[in-house]
Parts: sequence; C-alpha cells; structure tokens
Amino acid sequence: MGEPFAIDARALGDLEPDVVIGPEEDVRGHAALGNHRVIGLAFPKWRDGRAYSSARILRERGFAGDIRAIGDLTVDQLVFLKRAGFSSVAAERPLDAAVAAAALARFPFVYQRAADGALPAWALRHAQAEAAE
Amino acid sequence: MYQYDEIDQALVDARVDEYRDQLSRRLAGALDEDHFKPLRLKNGLYLQLHAYMLRVAIPYGTLSGAQMRMLGHVARKYDRGYGHFTTRQNIQYNWIRLEESADLLASLATVEMHAIQTSGNCIRNISSDQYAGAAADEVDDPRPWAELLRQWSSFHPEFSYLPRKFKICVIGSETDRAAMKLHDIGLQLVRRDGELGFRVFVGGGMGRTPFVAPVIRDFLPTAEFLSYCEAILRVYNRYGRRDNIYKARIKILVHELGAAEFTRQVEAEHAHVKTLGIDAPEAEIERIRGFFAAPAFEVLGEDYPPPAPPVSTSREGGEFELWVARQVAVHKVPGYRIVNISLKPVGQIPGDASAGQMEAIAELAERFSFDEVRVTHAQNLVLPHVKASDLPAVWAKLVEIGLADANLDLASDVIACPGLDYCTLANARSIPVAQRIAALLQPKEAELGELKVKVSGCINGCGHHHAGHIGVLGVDRKGTENYQLLLGGSGAEDTSLAQILGPGFDETGIVNAVGKLTETYLSVRTDGERFLDTYRRVGAAPFKAAVYGEPVYG
Amino acid sequence: MAKLLTGNELLRGDVLWWTGAGWSLTIDAAVAVEDGEALLAREAVSEAVSDLALIDAERMDGRWRPVKVRERIRAYGPTVRDDLAIAGQDWR
Repeated sequence: MGEPFAIDARALGDLEPDVVIGPEEDVRGHAALGNHRVIGLAFPKWRDGRAYSSARILRERGFAGDIRAIGDLTVDQLVFLKRAGFSSVAAERPLDAAVAAAALARFPFVYQRAADGALPAWALRHAQAEAAE
Repeated sequence: MYQYDEIDQALVDARVDEYRDQLSRRLAGALDEDHFKPLRLKNGLYLQLHAYMLRVAIPYGTLSGAQMRMLGHVARKYDRGYGHFTTRQNIQYNWIRLEESADLLASLATVEMHAIQTSGNCIRNISSDQYAGAAADEVDDPRPWAELLRQWSSFHPEFSYLPRKFKICVIGSETDRAAMKLHDIGLQLVRRDGELGFRVFVGGGMGRTPFVAPVIRDFLPTAEFLSYCEAILRVYNRYGRRDNIYKARIKILVHELGAAEFTRQVEAEHAHVKTLGIDAPEAEIERIRGFFAAPAFEVLGEDYPPPAPPVSTSREGGEFELWVARQVAVHKVPGYRIVNISLKPVGQIPGDASAGQMEAIAELAERFSFDEVRVTHAQNLVLPHVKASDLPAVWAKLVEIGLADANLDLASDVIACPGLDYCTLANARSIPVAQRIAALLQPKEAELGELKVKVSGCINGCGHHHAGHIGVLGVDRKGTENYQLLLGGSGAEDTSLAQILGPGFDETGIVNAVGKLTETYLSVRTDGERFLDTYRRVGAAPFKAAVYGEPVYG
Repeated sequence: MAKLLTGNELLRGDVLWWTGAGWSLTIDAAVAVEDGEALLAREAVSEAVSDLALIDAERMDGRWRPVKVRERIRAYGPTVRDDLAIAGQDWR
C-alpha cells in the first residue's frame, strides 16, 4: 500500500495504527485512546461516512496524535478528511501527490466550524467586531 | 435577497474548478465511473433515461431576474430550450452534455448559482415558503435562517457521506405552504414570550415509508439552531441505517428509536456540540437579515385588508377578473399583491417552462416585483411584491406567453414528477396521467374548488402523492404500467398521509376513477367543504363504492 | 426475441446501440448480439460508453421494438414531446 499520505504535521507515517476502529463502533465507548499514537478509522467503502463523525469526536475529546483514514478513499475526500480531523490517509489506491496537493489548496474558505481549527466564514466577516469585544 | 460576498463567490468558483478537474480526470481515464459518479451527483448531474440531467439549486426557491434570465440562457445554450421546476423548488434540465457540464456550472457561478449538493447522500436544497417576506401571517421571514442553513450545510465535512439524502425546510408561520412536516428536519419559526425561536420537527418524509414528522423540540432559541441541527445530523450520520437503502432515511431512525429516545440522543449530543462554537454570532444573523429587508414599498392608500374579489362558480366575468380571484393573494403591505404564475396550462407539461417564458418572467420580476421571483414546491412560480395597479400589465404579459391559467390549487393544478418519460427510477409515466386528469377536471374545477392532485411515477414519490388530496402512484405490474389511487393526504399544516383506496388501474382506468371521485364529492359534500374535508368527514367508503362498485356498507 | 446491447455515451449521455461494428444513435441500426455478456464485458473496459446493458427486443415491421415499456421510451424519446422523440415509432 505504500506510505500513508500525510495531511498535516501530526501524521506518523512510519508507525502502524495502535488500533483500527470500524465505522460501526462507538469511539466514545473506547477506553484509553489517549495513550495511542496512531488511531486508525476504517473506510470499508467510501460512501460510509461514519468515520468522519468518529474523527471529529476524537479531536473534540482532545486526541492530539495521528488519526489515519484507512480504506476506500480518493483525493476527492481529502478536504473533508482534513476538516474532520484526520491527519493521514492510507488509501487502497495510492493518492497522486500533485492532485492531492491541489485538492487541499482549492477551497480558500470554509463555511462551518469543524475539527481543523479553520475559521468559519462568519468569523472572518466579523473579525473586527470580534476583535473589538 | 442574499448577495454573495467574496467568500461565497470564491467557494462557488472553487467548486466549479474542483468539478472541472474531476471531469477532466474522468475523461482522461484517471478516475473510473464508480468513483466519478458520486462526484458528479454532488453537483447534481444524473444520467437519466435519455441523457444527463442537471438539477440546479434555487436556494429556498428565491431568484432574481438576472438569475431567472440565466436559467433561460442555460436552457437555450446547453439544453433543448426548456427546464422543469421541481417539487423541491429547484430546476432540472433534461438534455445536458457531460463534456459541457463544467462550462455550464461556470456560467451559473457568474450569477451566484450552482448545483451543489442537489443530489447525493448529503444535505440538499433548503426549502421554504414561497410567500416569505410577503405573507401577512408571518412570525418572521424564514429565508435568512434558510440562508444560514445553506451555508452551514454546504461542504460540511462530517455530513457529506450520510446514509441517505437529507432535506430541510424552514417556514415562518403556522400556515404551512411548504409541506414542512414531510421533511427530514422541519423548522417552524415561533415566538415564546416575545422571544423568537423554532419548533423543531424531525423524521418526516414520503416515499416507501411515509411519516409525518414528530416534534422533538417545542422551542429552540435561534441562537442555538445551527448547533442543534449539527446534533441531529451527527446522531443520524452515526446511527442511521446503512444496511438497506430503503431504510436509510432519518425517518426510519426516529421511528425505530421512538421520538422520545431519538430526542434524548439529540439533546445529549447538543449539550456537547453547542460548546464548540458552531452557532453563528448575532452579527452574522443581522448581516444576513439585512439582505432580506423589505424592499422600498410605496405608501399606497388602500383599505386594508382589501375586499376579496368575488369568486364565482361560473365563468362569468372577464378572464382578468377570474385570474385575479384565483392567482392573486393578499400581501402584508397595503396596495401590493402576491401573484402566482401557473406552470400548469392545460395541455402543457406541469412545471415546465420554455427559455422564452423564463426570460419574460425575469423581465416581469424586474419591472413589477422588486426583481424577485419564487419557485413553489407545487411546481409553480410567484412574483411576491406586485402593486395592485400593475396587475393588468402583469396579466397581459402572462397571457402573451401562455402562462395566465387561473388554476392555483384547483383540480388542473396537478403536481407530476417527470416519471417514465424522463426518469430511470420510474415505473410508469406520470405526465400524461396528470395531463389527462387536468383536462378531464378543468371544465368543472371552479365548482370543485380546492383539490390537490399529485402524481408520482414510482414509490420514491417525487410527485408527493402521499400529500395529495388525491394521490396517484405509478407502479410496474408484471411489466405494464399500473396506477394506485390514494386519498386524503395533505402537505399543509393539517398534514396527513394519503391512504390507498383499492386495487390499481391502467392509464385510462385511473383517469376515470379520479373523475368518479369528484362526482362522489359533489354529491356528498356540505356547504363550504373542500374535497379533503368531505373525505375526512365521510371516510373512504362512498368513494370506494363509486370507484369499485362495492356496497357502501359491508 | 433478441438481445440488443445498449448504453449511454460518456461525453454526451446519448443513448447508443451496438451495431456490430460500433455504436449508433438509432435503434434501427442495432444488431442482435450473440454472446452478449462477453461483448458487454469487452466494451465496459474502455468506459467510452457507460451504463451498458443487454435488453430484450422483437422485430416488428422491420424495426426493433424493445419488450419493456421503459426501454421503448428510452429508445424512442419522451412520449409527451413529439418534437424530441423519434418520428413514426409507437412506444405503446
């Protein structure tokens, strides 16, 4: 499969996941995830989007390690994966680095708050008002 | 209406760029159909019976003249000269070429339009009341809230791979002109002790297993409504069924958990997500509200409310008077009216408009309606702010373009999905059935009064047959078209689901059966009763007897 | 009863019919296919034509008539727009 694609600096591409959690599992039910360095979230099929919620929940609970998306994924999910809190991707078919980079750079703004810390559009629109508070 | 700032425009432009890249990778063979198909669906491009179909979003059914004009241009340049307005307030083009689809989307982007998330297992177009900002009974204009939802739901990273499609509706009054309780989430603006908030309904829907949505929150403060929707969607994304495509909507989850347990899970999730900074600040709400401020209405002296024009049951009086009586509604501002444009001229295809008609309506909107036109879920159009003194000019133009039929909510105002003439999902043709019913009933439609006939070509129910006073459902019966007859549905605030009456019919049989239903109604009704009211009073038995020839009792 | 191979052209979406030598927009140019599954598998590789399918059709008055009403409408055009349908074909 090759080295996982690194989305951001939290990626630990040379490490295997300490655990791989399936989409049907409740991440909130897992104990002691905080000790892991790499948590894998499985995508048996690209249309099963449960892992996006799992990744966000892990970030909301403060997990700061590598969350790796594993499975049936293409560059077209990259932006969603990044925003949902994933830091690396191990795709069944390796991602083209140039196409991946273009995908990640394509959308200059975001509308809503997610796990990646990007400021939603309304935060940019009212930055002056927020700064004044 | 809302106007894009550089952020909105940049996102729509980036989306076009992304799609163009995906399309070129597909055409170069770097992306196979199995992976490309969901991507083109996310931009509303379906492969249908004859060609690619594109569904363009019309957010909460609101358009400017320039946008309507662009829809006409798209029809001319990229399609075969017409488009179809849908039951979700969108527009569909039936003859699009894949190789031109990126250029088409780029053209739409120049007038702040797109086809984002009009298909696929994601949050779809936010629908709303076509009288928003004009109706006298409004608690608050629902459209700013619909716009907030549009932005929140667009490219949402957690909710782009849901178990199934997701439809949200926002209305601003008790009167429901948008079938709100038949949506996955229905939001009704209400006031409690002067504070504005939402009554929240979750789990409505039609299709294979119809449900009227239960209330899961009586009062939700507006300041929390995005985080509350986030909580609903997260519960659905995590626990909605993915094992069976026919059991994958949120209505199934709500039904299987029960409303109480579903509510408990949403409230628990909301207690968590509302701390994450998801809700837009008051400043953003006010900014968006500003775009929906009332236009510069003139102060016109008029008795208010104006006296109702006489509604006669005969065709006496001029055509114009008849049109005013039927198509024109009271506006909240004295001297103004809401004009309904019927896209159901008898003999034409329900909901279709030619490029020329779209261009003429664009001009009407610019000249007579403060540059605004609306699309209704009944596949008609609305000019929301017309001066009463301008009604003759508007009507004259509508006569010229063949859209002056006076049949709003009457028997010939039939809703029909595209059906087997266009759609790969269909089991039967729906348009010809709708046309034949309309032709049969039109001569006595004034006498029949309000009668909502809705025709779907398959169980997916895009014709909203479950919400029809008379519903028709096309099915495949051993390789031939067969039509089931349903009675007693309503998508208004008295929401109910139509019930099947008995065995199905062929095309001629269903048209005759509908005729018999109306004869029964006329013979049984009491004064002032609509068809729906009569059915609710007397039940199915007399109708069943008339249609199937069975004894009334027994 | 014969089997015809049909699909949609990728670039444009047009309904296409296998003629034995290539693809045609008109059903009357179609040929009955013998080893349909193998042919379909072979044509599926290029993906120039998508949604490949084998459909049942009969000869009637020297023309092809698909057995299923859906396939007839797909072959001839919408029944409600004569101007967008193939002339002289009865979909019923």
